[in-house]
Amino acid sequence: MVPFAYFTAPLAVGAISAALAALISVTDKIVNNYGDIDVAINDGKKELTIKGGQPLLFGLAEEGIFIPSACGGRGSCGTCKVQVSTDIGPVMPTELPFLEKKELEEGIRLSCQIKLKQPLSIAIPEELFNVRDYIGIVERINDVTHDIKEVYVKLPDDTDVTFVSGQYGQFEVPPYDKVKEATMRAYSMSSPPSDTKHLEFLIRLVPGGIVTTYVHTNLQEGQKIRVVGPFGDFYVRDTDMAMICVAGGSGMAPFKSIFQNRIDDGTINDRDIWYFFGARTKKDLFYLDWLYELDRTYERFHFIPALSEPQAEDEWDGPTGLITEVLGSYLQETIPTEQAKEGYLCGSPGMLDACMAVMQQHKMDPERIYFDKFA
Amino acid sequence: MSAAPVLNPFSLFFASIFTSNILLANFLGMCSFISISKDGKSSNGLGFAVTVVLGITSAVNWAVLHFVLIPLQLEYLRYIVFIITIAATVQILEMIIDRVSQALYMSLGIFLPLITVNCAILGVSLFIDIRAYTFVQSVIYGVGSGLGWWLAIAALSAIRKKTDKSPVPAGLKGPGITMITIGFMAMAFMGFSGMLQVQ
Repeated sequence: MVPFAYFTAPLAVGAISAALAALISVTDKIVNNYGDIDVAINDGKKELTIKGGQPLLFGLAEEGIFIPSACGGRGSCGTCKVQVSTDIGPVMPTELPFLEKKELEEGIRLSCQIKLKQPLSIAIPEELFNVRDYIGIVERINDVTHDIKEVYVKLPDDTDVTFVSGQYGQFEVPPYDKVKEATMRAYSMSSPPSDTKHLEFLIRLVPGGIVTTYVHTNLQEGQKIRVVGPFGDFYVRDTDMAMICVAGGSGMAPFKSIFQNRIDDGTINDRDIWYFFGARTKKDLFYLDWLYELDRTYERFHFIPALSEPQAEDEWDGPTGLITEVLGSYLQETIPTEQAKEGYLCGSPGMLDACMAVMQQHKMDPERIYFDKFA
Repeated sequence: MSAAPVLNPFSLFFASIFTSNILLANFLGMCSFISISKDGKSSNGLGFAVTVVLGITSAVNWAVLHFVLIPLQLEYLRYIVFIITIAATVQILEMIIDRVSQALYMSLGIFLPLITVNCAILGVSLFIDIRAYTFVQSVIYGVGSGLGWWLAIAALSAIRKKTDKSPVPAGLKGPGITMITIGFMAMAFMGFSGMLQVQ
């Protein structure tokens, strides 16, 4: 036997494997080449041409349309739902756990599981057209209370962000300490839509929170930060009913944006606004000067801060008690019972549920109570 | 290794389906046979997939054996090489089916990767070597064995549909009665073996 004999076996196996691997990749190139696929969105309001063969979710993201997805296309969160009106075959077993019977009938699919193979016609919520992926720069970080920071992010020069007051953005922080991957959390914009070059967030320190801890300990002015948005359906409905707004802590954010927006477009005095803000002690209150000034300037704007545990040194002479109690007494005594009202709530789940109960006790229509619950 | 047995193609085809049924005579490919036969529709899907994969891999593995392994005196590598070609074939097949027919992909999709580790597939390739089949014989034997496997799983799933509703003693419900059923089926198929022998 020639000395090479020792090598024939590994070489042969290697050559066969290599040939098969080459064959697989050639097949993949030929078979998975679907060319460019036309995708019509919302009855042709937007027509896209996307490279085929990839999941719809990624194809849309390439074209700047971001379907909300928490798991990044792994098919484990079930949030990237879109309505598909083209017949693209039966629902995959990987989609089934996330789709309810009604959704199946409406042709709702998970966009991360559908491959772009043929021209598609899909429907997505209109506001997703505005969702963008921004790399901004932290321009300013202010401490507004002992545990809430105001983070002001400057967006790239060529952007004009479009959102509605009350919507939120996904704020991403890089890996740090023991956190191994970039983490996103949703925060409401506190800046008004008129400021199209910046987004502002109010971020309260939550003990053990990945993003809040980073923002409070590591985030620096001048740092680059990724923000995806806007998302959400918490916005002011266009009616002339009285707005009963209740917030606690960083739940201030959407209302700051909403009130500033109404000042900007001159509608602040068009309807009655009652803004209840709950805090424990005086050091948890913020933006007081601005809100008291609104209260003085605009006849129909009423600001009611309430402390649940006022300290002796607070010298507090305003309403005391849980915000639900204060809200209840105002609905009972101050705000006219016969006036039609809408509820707007932003805060912790416990506070929201309690406020919802109080509002319903006072005959407010649960269909007209809108909320943004901290998850 | 003996010389290629002189067999007429039709006999070989018939034998591989009935008298030497890969499942009921050689007891290969039992795992998916037992688990999938619960459901008639899936059984037919898997049976079809096994037939297609067997037809292709028997041809590919015959070529690899005669053009690579035997000339290089590397027949002892056939186990590993056959497994590699089977895995690659299944992979390619999956891509092609995904492209060509969504409906077929949906019904086979989850079974195709399963087939890679189905011992009936490897068994057929090894029999091709042991029995020194020619190329044509190999393909006939491959497709025939696939059809035989399909026939067996279709039959078993039909029987299981009956036994599910039959008064089976509690301790034998499910896998127990299935194993007994398979035993009876194997005995029934043994009745064919007097007609032809291909061992």
